Formats: sequence, structure tokens, C-alpha cells
Amino acid sequence: MSKTVAIITENFGQYDPGSIHSYLSIGGFSAVKKALTMSSAEIIEMTKKAAVKGRGGAAYDTGRKWAQAASVPGEDKVVICNADEGEPCTFKDRSILSKDPFRLIEGMIIAGYTVGAKNGYIYLREEYRHLRPLIRNAIDESLSNGFLGDNILNTGFSFQIHLYSGAGAYVCGEGSTLIESIEGKSGRPRIKPPFIKECGLFQLPTLVNNVETLAIAAAFIQHGVEEYLSHGTSGSPGTKIISLAGNIKNPGAYEIPFGLTLREIIYDIGGGIPDGHELKLFQLGGASGKIGPASIVDTPYTYEDLAKEGLVVGSGGILVVDDRTRVIDFVKSIQDFFIHESCGKCTPCREGNRQIAKIIDRFVEGSQRPDDLQTAERFANIMSNCAFCGLGETAQSTLLSAIKHFPQEFGLTEVAENEKH
Amino acid sequence: MKNIKIKIDNIEVIVPEGTTILEAAKKVNINIPHLCYHPDQAIKANCRLCVVDVSGSRKLTAACSSFVYEGMEVHTNTKKVRDMQKGILELILANHDQDCLKCLRNGNCELQALCQRFNISKTNLVDTVDALPLDDTNPSLIRDSAKCVKCNRCVDACQKVQEVHVLTHSHRSVHYNITPAYEMPLEQTFCVFCGQCAAVCPVGAIVEKDDTAKVWDAIYDPKKHVIVQVAPAVRVALGDAFNLPKGTIVTGKMVAALRRLGFDKIFDTNFTADLTIMEEGNELIQRLTKGGTLPMITSCSPGWINFIEGRYDHLLAHLSSCKSPQQMFGALSKSYYPEMAGMDPKNVYTVSIMPCTAKKYEAQRPEMMTNGVAEVDAVLTTRELARMIQSAGIDFVALEEDQFDNPFGIGTGAGAIFGATGGVMEAALRTAYEVITGKGLPSLNFTEVRGLSGIKESIVLIDDMELKVAVAHGLGNAKILLKQIEKGESPYAFIEIMACPGGCIGGGGQPIKSTRDVKEKRIEAIYKIDEDLPLRKSHKNPDILKLYDNYLGEPLGHKSHQLLHTHYHSRGMKYNFSELPNHK
Repeated sequence: MSKTVAIITENFGQYDPGSIHSYLSIGGFSAVKKALTMSSAEIIEMTKKAAVKGRGGAAYDTGRKWAQAASVPGEDKVVICNADEGEPCTFKDRSILSKDPFRLIEGMIIAGYTVGAKNGYIYLREEYRHLRPLIRNAIDESLSNGFLGDNILNTGFSFQIHLYSGAGAYVCGEGSTLIESIEGKSGRPRIKPPFIKECGLFQLPTLVNNVETLAIAAAFIQHGVEEYLSHGTSGSPGTKIISLAGNIKNPGAYEIPFGLTLREIIYDIGGGIPDGHELKLFQLGGASGKIGPASIVDTPYTYEDLAKEGLVVGSGGILVVDDRTRVIDFVKSIQDFFIHESCGKCTPCREGNRQIAKIIDRFVEGSQRPDDLQTAERFANIMSNCAFCGLGETAQSTLLSAIKHFPQEFGLTEVAENEKH
Repeated sequence: MKNIKIKIDNIEVIVPEGTTILEAAKKVNINIPHLCYHPDQAIKANCRLCVVDVSGSRKLTAACSSFVYEGMEVHTNTKKVRDMQKGILELILANHDQDCLKCLRNGNCELQALCQRFNISKTNLVDTVDALPLDDTNPSLIRDSAKCVKCNRCVDACQKVQEVHVLTHSHRSVHYNITPAYEMPLEQTFCVFCGQCAAVCPVGAIVEKDDTAKVWDAIYDPKKHVIVQVAPAVRVALGDAFNLPKGTIVTGKMVAALRRLGFDKIFDTNFTADLTIMEEGNELIQRLTKGGTLPMITSCSPGWINFIEGRYDHLLAHLSSCKSPQQMFGALSKSYYPEMAGMDPKNVYTVSIMPCTAKKYEAQRPEMMTNGVAEVDAVLTTRELARMIQSAGIDFVALEEDQFDNPFGIGTGAGAIFGATGGVMEAALRTAYEVITGKGLPSLNFTEVRGLSGIKESIVLIDDMELKVAVAHGLGNAKILLKQIEKGESPYAFIEIMACPGGCIGGGGQPIKSTRDVKEKRIEAIYKIDEDLPLRKSHKNPDILKLYDNYLGEPLGHKSHQLLHTHYHSRGMKYNFSELPNHK
């Protein structure tokens, strides 16, 4: 069972996350010390070499993002740590926040130094409020030990970190919405342009990175990129923290090298399905991710292999569903989530979800009308093509992939399915 | 600025950098469907009806919020685009009260027009409408959530233009609504009833409270002597409702139509606008020469009055004590007029035709009573008058011109320009200058206070006195001048404030689609009326002079004080948090 690795998670359990002295005793803050001796360009070069894709879900190249943020002109810039981990069945950021908050602080300081920011903000999801004292303490102790504040380690670099909590909206995980929320407005996405890298929080140039992304940066600055790059595949180098949940014996957050198959993840790491049941489907990357049937369980967990199956790494969530669940009931649970979480701003998302939910409810009860499936598909496509933001675009991924992989559960015969194409 | 060449539906178009696809398409006569887009407002991009296909883009692109780039190829009319636009329209319609025949916007509704364009009558969606209850407890505006398409145009008008911040959005997803905070009815908020929300609503979700039935009843009541006054800004806008070119002056036809509708006498609010100048001008002179709170601020705009009474009540001493021209007319109609005609004031039914929804609220203020009766019995907006004319089957365009009746039928050019921003200021200066100096003005036109810039200022030399004046229109602009006063930094002696952008010609009761271009045409028309009139100074209006000789005595005299002046009060906080509606 040694298929997991410990690079990002190397400090988990190694120190008391409530004490900076404990952290320093295991060599804490050596990443910051090292980074502050490097130039911004050198750090960006290293980040590009590590080829880390953003771990919030969008998978944007981190080195590129940092290079852009560094090149945007501006005396006063902002780094935001997106800790609004809202995807259902995703809790890998929570593992970092609760077990290694100081490494996150290191990642933020490094990011701030690299792009030339004066202030950092941690936007913590409302449901993680129990972690506030721990993170608050990590910030305060870092400040009192000279790792934050003015003239950090006598390098002339000054950086502050502020802690903000959301009010519990999933859509606030989207960068511009998160910024609106910190500014005290209701969580609704902004129009782009202007892009937040140029005009973000309080109209300042802003870099938004996920918790895990920042933690990885601290890790490879500390140890060099070679160890990190020794894992994974050529297309997806390095490691990833996944959140394994659902009908599985050992749910939890695990760090894995890219390239394990889903079967290895579910059976070897997760211990398989409990009570002798069979795997039916899995959903990757949270509620906005597509579902995959058990037949593709041997697909390697890499960006490129998953893409071939129409799947994504996304937030790193892996939800396992066994043969006890009707697909339509699973779809309904996801639909209920989006009915709750759509911000309501744009028509396709607000009204599309409203109408599709009515149709799904009829399927659940078995009272569907002959044209219901066609109508649902039509409006799901309108949502994915026309919605204002990513939430509306991807809200119907589950439904569309469920119809594709399990047509019989929607009353479609294989023949009818073939005729459609 | 750099020019960008793009292709829309294979038609080449060259537009300046920073143009949106939607605006570029207009240049080649392609009207991309839209609901939330409004030419005078910020980009919202929330209705998504304007989605188009941009070559190389995976998804469709919202045309209202996407800027052109060199070599861009746009397709607005492919099967995919049309299907998606149609689908979005179906989604909106499924949650929209489709009782169109009962809607004030029937025939003048942007959603209806789009449905016609896409040939939508029925969808296979379930159309049970989830909505908040109707808000119809105030005298000015009705909000019907069941018709709201959540385009946010009204929110833009309320927050960004007027900065009143009453309308906002609440809740999310299917509970998302446009509403005042805590879903309070407008009457219990600091709503100023300017109606700018209603003027930009694409559908019938916010409309004027329709009082036409009340007026028909009065006309049909043989015991009632029904008289009507028409505000200066109505005559340059009413023609819009009859498809005349924007800014057409329809004074004569309007009077003819009112006579056909059955009003006993048709009078001109321009007359009491002149009267306002006599009172307000003298009040200003008094404050300047004998001391008084300066700057003095005009009090003709009831939306503005609601605003200062609600949000800046500590500055009330700056307000002129004059009633508005509407209420001055109303006061005379229940005193001087019945006395002259030997009638019981109770039998006189006074109707106003106003460009304004706040006038409905003003007419119902308890202070606005004379001889124990309401000074103005019913206020109709320009839109309502148009509906009455249409309802009576009058062919407006073909009407022969008619003239206002006496004794309130003569208005000067100074009264006429009350309809445009800066007009009251200009009219007051024409009179104040001549009354103080005793000399004729070299030029009657104070062009510095004209036009659509948000705040205008001017310095007028009256004898050896330098009078610094300012004009603001739109409450957002008014705030800037008020903040100066608050800080004790206001350099002005006299300030004109109109609640609505453009002044009354841009009022919340004017025909729908009063965009900036349309406002400019109406302002042009207002000054044309002024130029063409033989009398252009209020103090030269012979009937005004007669009124003072025969009845009022002198400006600011006892009778004037009693009839033409009032006190303004703090509106106070009207929220009662213990009575908040239950929430979902």
C-alpha cells in the first residue's frame, strides 16, 4: 500500500500545526529563506520547470500565471489564497490547512515576493470556520517571528497576510466572485475584462492561487524541483492530493503520483467498495465534473488520459458510487446542489437549473414526459454554451455524462442511443 | 484611437478599439437580441440573449460584453446561435407572467417583441412563475416580480445613476430577486419615486401606478369641473408615443387631444413655472440681500425633495420654500380659480399631466391642501396621457392644433425651459438680474448651465455682485454638490437640482426609451420653444402680473406665503424591523 507519496504532505503529522516553534524545529521556513535569496525571475523559472497546473480545478499553468502577475505593472499588488474549497467531496485543501498551515504561509510569502505583492489574503470557506483559530495563529506567529510584516528577514521585502471568511457560497471559489466577496459584496462573478491579474481586489493587480498550488511551490522551492519531478508521467509530472470519498472503505485525502490508474486509487489506496458491492461509476473533480462508468476504471489518473475519456482532474475529488445507487438519484443530488449554489445572475444558469430540476424530479418519480430528456439535454447545452461563468457552464456535466454512459437508466434503449449519433 | 476591422456575418465593419460586438453589429444594421443591455448603462451581460458565435471560440460569446479585436469573425445568425437565443428566451418566458393583455407594457415590451421575432408562443417548459408578492402600496410605482426578468437595468438606474441604493438583488439561484433590502415595499424605503427604474425596465415589472381610470371617472362625472395642467416637458415627448420623430413639439395637438378627451379647461404649467420664478427669484434675492441660508436650492423636483428629506435632511434649510409649479397650479386651482369662476373648490377636479412619477407622490402629501381639499386630484404621466388618447381612438397626428385656455394659459420661454436641466436656473437668472439691477439683460441665454454634463456651473455678474451658481441633474450628481455643502465648501449662492438625468424631459414618466440621444433632441426642442416665444422672462408674463395685482399682492406676500410656499420635513427611517416579511 505504498502507492501514496509525501512531497506536498511531507510535514503532515511531523509537527504541531499550532506552534511555529514546532514548525521551525523540523526546518520550517527554509523555503522562504531560500526564496528570498533568489530573484523573482529565478523563482518563476523554477515554477515553470515544475510544470504545476493550478490545483483549484482550472489547471492553468502556475509558472505562466506567476510570470504574468510579476509583469503586470503596479506598486501595490495582492496575492489571494483561494481556500474556498467548495466542491462536494473535495477536502484536500482542508488537509493542508489543518495539518500544515505554515507551509501555506510560506507559499504565500514566496508568491508575494515573486510577483511583487504587499498583501496576501486567505479566503477561507465559511464551513472551515473551525480552522480559523489555527490559521489566525499561524499568521500571528509568523508575524511575531519576523516571517511576515515589514522587512522580512532583513531582505527589504514586506508582506502582510489577512484572513477572510466567505459566507458559504460555492460560486465564491471562482476568482472574481471571491474578490467581490472580500470586498463585502454579494458573491457574483465579475465581467472580464478587466482581468483580475490587472484589476482585481480593490482594483489592484491580483494573483489568485489555490491552497495546494501554494503548498507545492513551497515544497519545490525547499527541495528543488527534481524530487517533485521524479514522480508522475511526462504529460503530468509530479504529485497530487486527491480526496477519495463515497462508497469506499477508506475515504480520505491522499497524495499520489500522477499516473496511477483509477483502479489502483479506488481499490489499492481506498480499499475498494464496502459490503461486497460493485463499482458503478465515479465522479472526478467535484460536482461540476463528469461521471465515468466502471468500465473505464483502468484509465491512468493524468490530465491527458482523463481528457481522452472526457474527464478532468479538476479539484482532485474522486467520488465513488456503487451499484446500490440509481443514476437518476445521483444526478438529482448534484442538481439539488446547483439549484442551491447558482448565484442567479444569468438566465441560463438560474432558469436552466430551475427547469432541468423539474425534469429530473419527474424522472426520479418515474412520471417523465416523452420529450423531457430531449428538453433537458437541449437546455443543458444552452447552459454550457451561454452561462456567464464556469458554474453555469459545468453545472450539467453530470446530467450530460450520465445520459451518455447510462442511457438505459433514462429509458433510452441502446438502439435509440445509436440512432442519435 | 485605433480602428479595428472585423467581419460580422461576412460583412466587413471598421469600428474604434473598445467597441463591443453588439455595438459594432448595430453599425451594419444587425440588431443582436438583448434585454439587459441598455445604451446608457454599464455592461451587465446577465440575460445572455446576445450570444453569438465568434470563430475559434469553443463556446458562444456574449456580444454586449465582448470587445472587438482585429480579424474577429462573428456569426449572429447561425442555427446554433438562433437555437440558443431562442432557448434562453424560452427560459425567461417560462418564469414570466404572460398575462400580456393586462400589462401596461403590452405592445411596448422588449420581451414581447423578442418573442415575436423568434416566433415563440409556447414552450415545453413548465411555466409556473415563482415570484415575490406585488408591491403596489405607494402612489407612484408598481413593482410586479412575476414579470421581472432580472436584467438589473433598474438596479443600475437606482444605484449607479441615482445613487439612491434602494433596489438591489437578494438571495441566489431560483430565489434571486430584484427588490429593496429585506423585500420591503418601496413606500417603506428611501425610494424617491423618480421612476428611473420604470423608464429603463424592458418589461412591465416596474410601471407607473395607472390613474387613468380615476381621471375618466372624473370626466364622466357631471358634477365635476375637470381642469388639466400640462408640464413643460410633456409637449416635447408625447409625440414619441405616436411615432413622431423624437423631439417633435406637439403642444397644439396635445391641447386639442385633451379637449377631445373631455377636460373642461386646459391650462399650462408653464404659467405656474413663471409664478415659481417670481417667488423663488425673490426668495433668492431676499436671502442674498437680507441674509438667509445659502446656497439656496430649488424645490421643483419632487424626486429631489424625497431624496433630501430622506437622506440629507440636515440640509433642508437650503431648500427654497416654494412649492413646485404643479402644486402652485393646484393651489390656485382650488382658490383663485374657483373664486373667479364662482365655484365651490370641492367641485373643481384638478388633473396634472407630468413627465414624472414622483409628482403622483407629491400630490398626495398632506401639506398639499388648499381650502380643505387636495390641490391636485390626479397626476398622469406622459405615458398615461398617451394611453388615454389611444384609448379614446383619437388620431393624434392628424389633429389640428389648439390653444391653452385662460387665465393660466400663457407661459413664457422662462417657464418652458423648466423642462430641461438648467432651465430653472436660467429662468431665475433672467428675472433676478433684471429685478435687482433694473436693467435689461444683454443676452437671455445662459448657455453654460445648459446640456447634459452632470454638473454645470456659471458665474453671473449682477451689478457688483458675483453670483456663483450650479446645476445638477440625476441624484448621483446632486450628491456631489450636497457633500460640498456638508463640508462647508460650497462656493455657490444658488443651486438647481433635478432628480432625473436631463431634467424633466428625462423624467420617469416619459415615453419608454428615453435614451441619452432622445434626451438631447427633447432639450433642443425645449430651447426652440423658448426662442420662438415672444415673452421669455417670467416677470414680463402679463397674466402673472395680473394675478399679483388682482389676487396675490406681491411675491413672498401673505397670500403667496399661504398658497405657494410650504415646509419640507425629514422622512425619517421607515423600516420597522419587527415587521420584516418572512424569509425563505
